[in-house]
Amino acid sequence: MQAVLEVMQSTDKYGISWYRLPPRMGAAAFYDLDGTLVRTNLVHAFAFSARNQQGILKSLIKTAATFVSVPMFLAADFYNRRLFNDLFFVRYKGESEDRLRCLAQELFDTVLRPSIFPGAYELIDKSRQLGLRQVLVTGALDITVGPLAKHLKIDDYVTNRLEFVDGYATGRLLPPVMAAATKASWMRIYAEKENLNLSDCYAYSDSMSDLPMLSVVGHPTAVNPDIRLRGTAQQHDWPILDLR
Amino acid sequence: MRERAPKTILRGPVARNKEDDQVVYIDGDSAPRILFSGEDLLLEDLPIGTRVLYPKPPIEGLANPGAAIRYALNHPLDAEPLYAQLAPGMRVTIAVDDISLPLPPMTTPDIRQTIIEILLELLDANGVDDVHIVIANSLHRRLTAAEMKRMVGAKIYDAFYPDRYYNHDAEDPDGIVHLGKTEHNEPVNINRRCVESDLVIYVNINLVPMDGGHKSVAVGLCDYEALRPHHEPQTIRDSDSYMDPKRSMLNTKVERQGAIVDRHMNVFHIETALNNRIYAGATAFLCKNEDEFTEVDRLKFEAMRWTLSKLPRAAKRKLFHSIPAQYQMVAVYAGKTEPVHERILKHCWDQYGLHVRGQADVLICPVPFISPYNVNSILNPLLVQVMGLGYFHNFYRGKPLLKKGGVMILTHPCYDEFDHEHHPSYIEFFNRLLPETRDAMKLRHKYEEEFAKNPSYIEMYRRGNAYHGAHPFFMWYWGENGRQHIGKVIVAGAENAHVPRILGWDRADSLPEAIAMAKSAVGPSPDITMMHHPPIVMADME
Repeated sequence: MQAVLEVMQSTDKYGISWYRLPPRMGAAAFYDLDGTLVRTNLVHAFAFSARNQQGILKSLIKTAATFVSVPMFLAADFYNRRLFNDLFFVRYKGESEDRLRCLAQELFDTVLRPSIFPGAYELIDKSRQLGLRQVLVTGALDITVGPLAKHLKIDDYVTNRLEFVDGYATGRLLPPVMAAATKASWMRIYAEKENLNLSDCYAYSDSMSDLPMLSVVGHPTAVNPDIRLRGTAQQHDWPILDLR
Repeated sequence: MRERAPKTILRGPVARNKEDDQVVYIDGDSAPRILFSGEDLLLEDLPIGTRVLYPKPPIEGLANPGAAIRYALNHPLDAEPLYAQLAPGMRVTIAVDDISLPLPPMTTPDIRQTIIEILLELLDANGVDDVHIVIANSLHRRLTAAEMKRMVGAKIYDAFYPDRYYNHDAEDPDGIVHLGKTEHNEPVNINRRCVESDLVIYVNINLVPMDGGHKSVAVGLCDYEALRPHHEPQTIRDSDSYMDPKRSMLNTKVERQGAIVDRHMNVFHIETALNNRIYAGATAFLCKNEDEFTEVDRLKFEAMRWTLSKLPRAAKRKLFHSIPAQYQMVAVYAGKTEPVHERILKHCWDQYGLHVRGQADVLICPVPFISPYNVNSILNPLLVQVMGLGYFHNFYRGKPLLKKGGVMILTHPCYDEFDHEHHPSYIEFFNRLLPETRDAMKLRHKYEEEFAKNPSYIEMYRRGNAYHGAHPFFMWYWGENGRQHIGKVIVAGAENAHVPRILGWDRADSLPEAIAMAKSAVGPSPDITMMHHPPIVMADME
């Protein structure tokens, strides 16, 4: 791994100059989650929750509503990730925190674990062998990401968090909302706090909305990219990886 | 300057004593010469006195390749006949050279298909049904399914792909076995399926003398750690040249590893030599001496040049890559690796080697559209480098064709184009590392491991069709003895300034300008030699 070695000079009490190297900085691999390491996305997780409402009728209504909203979600995501967040997370309004947490493990076992791309395990493994810290930077919810992060042996993760009042979701996200440039800002702060050299860090994402996240590291990689990110990756000569 | 006898100007080529007939000197009446410049053809008048090395005429191919292969299998060198080594229930792996050989890919049926069909018949007749076919691609890119199908034919492909016909994976954590170390501490790590087979049958195509021998198994089926001891700058510096196995440190180290392979594995080697019939029919004129062109040849050339001038580069590339070579097999031997290889090398030199007297001050090397590392892809700047300083410089036996400190002129547009799918690590190497240093030692020690262990590059090698992350380093080392020997490289016709600059070369708009620049470096009347590639010509230096 390439290290940034800035020689620091100091003079001792005898007037002799000493040169010393700063402590070696670490590096990390930052991963987006949905579409990058797993086949599913936020809508799948919500659909699981909709399908498991209390009562069949309520489940049917919520599931149908989710289904008909998919084109709108796609259009909103294509246009702007923030708009998508505003439209999407409001669907959680009224959901009980306890219930969401109870369903999290089941969601992982039945939906998320089978959706992990075969190459994801190996990518993380090779990355860990290189001594990189494994960090998930995702717009998914903390409730759903926990078991997955544990399963993939991720060291740290940052997610979006729903706002709960009296144990019920308000449909809003707590700041900072992880999307687009916020992910890059968070990574910069994280790197500074953890003494990581971003030039030595790796980032992996499938989506054009994560361009800022890919741009702040020395080793960006487009993973299973959409057509827009593929074009951008080719323009910037970034590696393009297919984990599917 | 090389001493030459007084020259009588005659019409047509003038052959010199002690040099082969294919060594031709340009005189006042000589026709302009055709030079490849990537995907374009140049027509240039060379200075009077320029020596042009033409390929030898193709050696007649074997009339019945199938019979020759069967004879080789039944009369192997230093080994039992293949049928006598087979028994029902045994595990057999057939390993084959990858798409880097021959160049361009030959017309179907590929000679590998012919050999494997015979092998499978023989294995089946002897009750051997646990058979795998492994492509010995080492750290080269995986072949695509279409390329694999073309190599062995639809019948074998349909029967074996993908479970029993696949690419070697040097990064498979469970797929490599450590066989031991040589007395010089060089590790030998080989494909697990091959190691655990009762018999490995290696099917080789020898295009240049660097190929084949112990390199087939010890390099073709190894991993990164086992390549490191010889794919490094000092080994290349110590190889004079790496096309001459007896004076190649690369070959010495590979042979040491091969000895370990032979200690642990039962390898039955089949090697073949091809003639140099790269073009035939409508494109045969590309291999001819221009002084012997007929009117039809000239028309064909003009038509081709006109067509190329109207096509975008990608279409020209596609066009050239779609013309299969018309190679024919001239020899096949089977048995133990060393004696088989020795005989095949002789056939290689018989076809490629030209007896040449005297070194040149200036060497002109036209760079074509293809190298071993860009079949169906782009000849990117690093590969232009490997063709010039690597292959063309090393196409000699005895001493280099170019004097120490001489000038090499390459003709190529030097376009800044890379294939993102095949050469992702090359892009970073070229744009990030070379602007910092061109010192091969420094590159190896500072950066090679970082690239080799880059998780993205590993996954692209394993799951996509990318060359391994360490491969661009090997390409740079491949030019290392050329870099140490050559005083200056001028690339004629480079369409930009930055690619030659990053590679450490000078650029010229045209070949005459490049020759004028060369004269300012080596003197006003230099001895100029041009290698008329393709097909391959090697200098057997006096």
